Amino acid sequence: MKLDFEHIQSAHCENGVTTNLLRHIGVSQMTEPLAFGIGAGLFFAYIPLLKINNGPAIAFRTFPGLIFKRTCSYLDIEVVRKKFSSKEEAQKILDQTLQTGQPTGCQVGVYYLPYFPKEYRFHFNAHNLVVYGKEGDNYLISDPVMENTTTLSSYELERVRFAKGALAPRGQLYYPKQGMAVTDHQIAIAIEKGIKKNISNMIGIPGPIAGVNGIKFTGKRIKKWRDKLGLHKAGLYLAQLVRMQEEIGTGGGGFRYIYGAFLQEAFAFHPKEQLLEISKSFTQAGDLWRTAAVQAAGIYKGRISSQKDFNVMGDYLIELAEIERQAFVGLSKIKWQV
Amino acid sequence: MKKEEIPQDLSSLGKITKEVCYAVDGSGKYVTELSRGWEVKINALDVAWNDIEGRKTAAKEKVRRNEASPLLFFMERALMDIPILAGYTGFWKWQIKRHLRPEVFDKLSDKKLQRYADVFNVGIENLKSMNVNEA
Repeated sequence: MKLDFEHIQSAHCENGVTTNLLRHIGVSQMTEPLAFGIGAGLFFAYIPLLKINNGPAIAFRTFPGLIFKRTCSYLDIEVVRKKFSSKEEAQKILDQTLQTGQPTGCQVGVYYLPYFPKEYRFHFNAHNLVVYGKEGDNYLISDPVMENTTTLSSYELERVRFAKGALAPRGQLYYPKQGMAVTDHQIAIAIEKGIKKNISNMIGIPGPIAGVNGIKFTGKRIKKWRDKLGLHKAGLYLAQLVRMQEEIGTGGGGFRYIYGAFLQEAFAFHPKEQLLEISKSFTQAGDLWRTAAVQAAGIYKGRISSQKDFNVMGDYLIELAEIERQAFVGLSKIKWQV
Repeated sequence: MKKEEIPQDLSSLGKITKEVCYAVDGSGKYVTELSRGWEVKINALDVAWNDIEGRKTAAKEKVRRNEASPLLFFMERALMDIPILAGYTGFWKWQIKRHLRPEVFDKLSDKKLQRYADVFNVGIENLKSMNVNEA
């Protein structure tokens, strides 16, 4: 059984699953930037005490699952989400859902995901894909970060649906319920809600570790890494920062370019000149994040190593914090009339 | 970033799929373009894997000095920490902590060893000797 499902490749898995599932139920306006922006996906957090793969926990996007949840909720679309304690039950419900003609989002771990290259298979459990059919023992898989669709055997799918460790998916599946077509007016309202949510996440959370404060805080910390951690470990930490920023389907520049694209698309629904202007600030931010990544690479490749090089790196982030703060302050001044 | 500046440095992912990047075209409008990879992030991933290799070597030495059981080596090899290994084996975290002590590991039953061997995808003998072919 193969459901009629359009696989559109995206930069990020959750954006892609959200976009493709919503388009499937008739939200034809949905694109990756709109899903990311309405879902208030842009974020920054640095949690020094939490270690991931022996490096610091750094996030450029919101917590896994929230983009899908918010985008549906702001569009008044009901969501079905199920977790399972039993593997048999998880497969049974998936099969039944497919039988009803519903392509289904699944949260999976990438460590045992056979079509990923070995170098990318860490114990990361918040990857997303869509199952859109079953032929014999093989499930038809639309992994939105891949150019083409693929398949997983029932055993392979079960193994990644029941990956263990932090954010263990526990067989989780989800899909938006069929509803009425979404009007452009509803999209416009959802865009406004998404932007407001993102403003509050980036400049409204008190404390030093989240939003633009977190970027500044990280910049200050980086300047101390050389003395505090030594060159080897400091290099590892910077490599981790770059991987979170560029490697995991961010579309480049730590999702800042996707957000710039979102503001341009938002302009079609809200003809506010500020959206186009502020979009440029996010392009500028994305460019500076990438310049910082080149500087970081110089350090972790051992080409540069002085304290001055770490200061330059830290100052890039401090400058970025200011660019992004001004961008979100600008967004907060928009007078929405929907 | 301008569309024509999107790097195309072939990465291990790039051999399997190109990835979507966002950039602006000549008129400043955002477009998407496929990329085969970027040297800066290829290097970052290399740094992470070199570190893992270093941790594996250090773990092996520690086992040889009888300061840890072979589990430590296999955990580093499988990128697992105690909570992840507990998830996959079904042992409690405190049990794994004990099994990491060589004198406790040496007395483990074959049944328990098999549970570890299954998760690490090796035989019991290899689990004890740390002789494994690196894929």
